[in-house]
Amino acid sequence: MEQFQGSSQYVVSEELMRSVNIAIALRKPLLIKGEPGTGKTMLAEAISQSLGKELIIWNIKSTTKAQDGLYVYDTVQRLYDSQFGGAGVNDIEKYIKLGKLGEAFSREKQAILLIDEIDKADLEFPNDLLWELDKMEFYIPETKKTVRALERPIVIITSNAEKELPDAFLRRCIFHYIEFPDAQMMEKIIRVHFDHLDDALLEQCLKTFYEIRALRGLQKKPSTSEVIDWIQALQIGGIAPEKIEREIPFAGVLLKKNEDLDTLRQKESPRRTRGW
Amino acid sequence: MFTPLFYLLRGHGLDVSLGEWMSLLDAMDKGLHQSSLTEFYYLARAVLVKTEADFDKFDGAFLEYFKDVKTFDALPQALLDWLANPHKQAAYDKNEVDKRIGGLTPEQIKQMLQERFQEQRERHDGGRYWVGTGGTSAFGHSGYAPQGIRVGGESRRHSALQVAAARNFRDFREDHVLDSRQFQLAFRRLRQFSADVEGPKEELQLDETIQKTCDNAGNLELVFGRPRRNAVKVMLLFDSGGSMWPYTELCTLLFQTAVKSGNFKDLKIYYFHNCWYDDLYTQPSCDHCDAIPTEWVLHNIKSDYKVIVVGDASMAPYELLYKGGCSDYYVYNEQPGLDWIRRTAARYEKMVWLNPMQQGQWFSPYGDNTVKIVSGEVPMYPLTIQGLEQSMKYLVSARSRKEKRTG
Repeated sequence: MEQFQGSSQYVVSEELMRSVNIAIALRKPLLIKGEPGTGKTMLAEAISQSLGKELIIWNIKSTTKAQDGLYVYDTVQRLYDSQFGGAGVNDIEKYIKLGKLGEAFSREKQAILLIDEIDKADLEFPNDLLWELDKMEFYIPETKKTVRALERPIVIITSNAEKELPDAFLRRCIFHYIEFPDAQMMEKIIRVHFDHLDDALLEQCLKTFYEIRALRGLQKKPSTSEVIDWIQALQIGGIAPEKIEREIPFAGVLLKKNEDLDTLRQKESPRRTRGW
Repeated sequence: MFTPLFYLLRGHGLDVSLGEWMSLLDAMDKGLHQSSLTEFYYLARAVLVKTEADFDKFDGAFLEYFKDVKTFDALPQALLDWLANPHKQAAYDKNEVDKRIGGLTPEQIKQMLQERFQEQRERHDGGRYWVGTGGTSAFGHSGYAPQGIRVGGESRRHSALQVAAARNFRDFREDHVLDSRQFQLAFRRLRQFSADVEGPKEELQLDETIQKTCDNAGNLELVFGRPRRNAVKVMLLFDSGGSMWPYTELCTLLFQTAVKSGNFKDLKIYYFHNCWYDDLYTQPSCDHCDAIPTEWVLHNIKSDYKVIVVGDASMAPYELLYKGGCSDYYVYNEQPGLDWIRRTAARYEKMVWLNPMQQGQWFSPYGDNTVKIVSGEVPMYPLTIQGLEQSMKYLVSARSRKEKRTG
């Protein structure tokens, strides 16, 4: 059995690795939840790299419908062709275009299908996919054909928990919640992204970063991707480690909301204005 | 196998279905638990639990079920000292070691380890018999053996029971009183309000129109639908009285999230101290200049507004029950507070009371049963994720107000 072990670009926790392998073995979709910026989307890329399988990404937007993932019947094109005498108008199949799910089903080799941010879609969206994900097939009434998966794709679904997912859908998934990495894990992750990194700088960055995350009243806590950007900025700016804790340079990279920056400043000010 | 665990999980409020249970058995059939309790813990959690909010319940049930499973007894301190500062691996003949230890059964190894515990009196490193480091006996760490029992050394993984006992996910329990992050999550449930149930079908549905027209062989057929818009109007009444101080942050968050969500057709916010009487206030300080007659509010804010009261409902009984009971010295009320609450409740189709106090304290001596009286008039829910969700459900449900929530 193929086992996912993480990749050179993606540091994976033991728990996550376990869940991925469970999902692959049980042939069920893996639902990944977690704070934004914990690398949910990158996981699918890492799996695809490590197992050497093609990755098909289906990005979900608020307007996405389940049908879009299966196939689209381009009726307008057909109408157009029929009016202007295009060839092959009788052939409906010409106007059936498979969606991402359909694509994943029709691959001869097992593919990895990432359904990204499923909670962005309408509430009913996951329910509309139950049968397709269960049976890995769907029927196209226009051509009276059934598209059936040649090789059951490995399905990874990510969710930011913006909406509750329906029970019936959840019951069919393997669930994993990505916890926010602790300092030790974070150090590993950061080292994967930087070739040369000053130890003192890293240590000071992480210390300050977790302090900021612990501030009460932040609307959006900084996450992994932000700390990586931040360290990059500090490196390029050539900031000395001692300065980091005192001044928190480039705080705008970590905190994206004005209110949060204000919160940070307020927490700092008592220290600076002592004796006031 | 493990069937009692299934019922125990359900008993702990986890809604595990038979299908999921079968999946777990299937997974065990495939050997995914690798005959280890730790692996079984993660496997069962991944298959059976579908939200991090339930991880804590799972941990609780798991602990209860496996509480009698003995892991290792604590190692004697002396032994741990011998095992500290491991020595480098001593030279060894791999074939010899494999032959010597490879054939032993786990029972034999356990038996041998028990004997060593009895016999060993000092540190041994790099050897082939004692419990030590860098050697080739079947015990100890930082050494080589084809199989054996690691004793001491750095543990790379926690045992399942340790993980479960740590209960890292307690914060995510839905019956926990809210804090900031969870608050945003909970408020998203207010989107249950969103529905295109009201209003005429007036928006041209392009996709459907094209579909219908094409189905119609090119004869234009227009399809209209209802615009997606939230029809819900909300009136928030905040208690800003002294006993609410401990919950200030909580209420600020509720307030901010409600205002920011911009989700409602209309949102009105008024304040009161402990209970409201002739006046409500537009500012939390409840100064007289910000007063607005309650009569006016009841008259002008239509009955289809959903009313959400946030308050601890804990006050002196006279504030609720007597004329002139208002805690504000300069205000005299002709009608007792309870009358005003009743009038408000009668005026609006849907009204709930969210109480930030922990539910266990609702009927404490301090509340002196004003909580009880108020909750008899207005359905009261704790200000927790679960309570908020239930109250929202109640607010949008079709049931009439007369059928009060039972229990």
